[in-house]
Amino acid sequence: MTTAAATTIKARQRPGDRIFSSATVISGSLILAVLAAVAIFLLVESLPAFVAAPDEFSGDITNFWSYVGPLVFGTIYSAILALLMAVPVAIGIALFISHFAPRKLAQGLGYLVDLLAAVPSVVFGLWGIGVLAPLVQPFYTTIVDWFGWFTPFAGPASGTGRTIFTVAIVLAVMVLPIITAICREIFLQTPLLHEEAALALGATRWEMIRMAVLPFGLPGIISASMLGLGRALGETMAVAMVLSPSPEVIFQLLTAQNSNTIAANIALNFPEAHGVGVNILLATGLVLFVVTLLVNMLARVIINSRKAFSGAN
Amino acid sequence: MSKRIEVNDLNVYYTNFLAVEGVSIVIEPRTVTAFIGPSGCGKSTFIRTLNRMHEVIPGARVEGEVLIDGNNLYGPGVDPVLVRRQVGMVFQRPNPFPTMSIQDNVLAGVKLNNRRMSKTDADDLTEKALRGANLWNEVKDRLARPGSGLSGGQQQRLCIARAIAVEPDVILMDEPCSALDPISTLAIEDLIEEMKQEYTIVIVTHNMQQASRVSDRTAFFNIAGTGKPGKLIEYDDTTTIFSNPSVQATEDYVSGRFG
Repeated sequence: MTTAAATTIKARQRPGDRIFSSATVISGSLILAVLAAVAIFLLVESLPAFVAAPDEFSGDITNFWSYVGPLVFGTIYSAILALLMAVPVAIGIALFISHFAPRKLAQGLGYLVDLLAAVPSVVFGLWGIGVLAPLVQPFYTTIVDWFGWFTPFAGPASGTGRTIFTVAIVLAVMVLPIITAICREIFLQTPLLHEEAALALGATRWEMIRMAVLPFGLPGIISASMLGLGRALGETMAVAMVLSPSPEVIFQLLTAQNSNTIAANIALNFPEAHGVGVNILLATGLVLFVVTLLVNMLARVIINSRKAFSGAN
Repeated sequence: MSKRIEVNDLNVYYTNFLAVEGVSIVIEPRTVTAFIGPSGCGKSTFIRTLNRMHEVIPGARVEGEVLIDGNNLYGPGVDPVLVRRQVGMVFQRPNPFPTMSIQDNVLAGVKLNNRRMSKTDADDLTEKALRGANLWNEVKDRLARPGSGLSGGQQQRLCIARAIAVEPDVILMDEPCSALDPISTLAIEDLIEEMKQEYTIVIVTHNMQQASRVSDRTAFFNIAGTGKPGKLIEYDDTTTIFSNPSVQATEDYVSGRFG
């Protein structure tokens, strides 16, 4: 016993170390516990929805999957459109702040972008209804006139401008700050060595950004986009306020008939829901949860597939 | 392709701070010139003015002229981008692009000028540049692998290959071996010896043995004290600088009495 005790040398346990390490363990497990609690709640509450009787659904929908299908479509459609608009603009703003603007202007602009993130989503909703929709409506009419042969732009144009495209614009504005902020941080971290390497080869500023900054920032851009996508997928108020929904899959962007999103649908219907209706709404929430999870996993896979070239080694 | 560099009375400022004062020097083609001197004496600052890389640092500016085969780098309308395509540079720490393969790293500069290149041309050029940097045999089987997977010495030779792939007139090296082990350093020094057949080479080094091994001419820079500008003290054949310098400060430095 004495020999065993002599061979294993134990580090002295200091109270500070113990408190700190337990604190981190507790925080770490807390996130798992919360996630598990939400997932279990959603799963249990959703079960009745999957076997709900056809008369529990409104209209001529007879089962849960045909109910949630158009909602999933609407959610992903509007979020992807929002990202398509927001990501290029966000990268542009971030590059301007990190590499083009004079230092003072860059700082001010950075604060402004962060300020945009502080605007509550209900305000964005009001802005969407009150300002954006009437503003863009004439453009929608023109687009339908000119490009109506292309399915997403087919008519008739909405008279109010409150379409899924308007929603996508509002969502794009909402996700812009987070994507911009992350991209800006990543671009600022580009090693000076790599920027100098590009410049020393005779690259112009734009070529330097293409050779050194963007490749280095790519994983960050993807992560930022996924965070933005997560926010766009889950956004409730702005969508619920702007959109006049119908329960179908509708590819047309500019008509008065639009697919709703899951989150907005829950917000709209929850106050009047009862019995199995509540379970159905919760089940759509579960579907949203799974969709978001899949999106995040996809992003991880994309980032990992380029790991060897990330410069982390 | 090798060109002569003539610097006339060059001052370098960081905003209002005079960092290097009154440097005049002539560097002949197909030679290796070493810049030596204590830290902070302006060697690196000065070498960067030879391809206008100092302009990357905010507030840096120069007075005076740098002539490469008679053309002033700081003349009106001279594009720093084109200057840097003529005067290549290798940095203190190896900096291959981590997101590019070995081959893409070699071709990075070439693709800026000449976007469309047939695959055979690209492969030939890659091989030529890598052979020129004594790296071909080590990497020929893994050209598609990332450049950041190589050892430090290999990465530095990759950077040299990248610089010579664009066929510059002059190659500047800012302490190219300071982050490398002795074996890799030897490889780079051998390479410099070979490269001088074709290029004008300027090298900044802290290592006086290295300066005496690789260079034909040596320039000694020094500062009078902190906050004072760096100056070119003496410029002569390397053998003269190390055996029989004409300035006392040079002798003190090369004999290890200070610095």
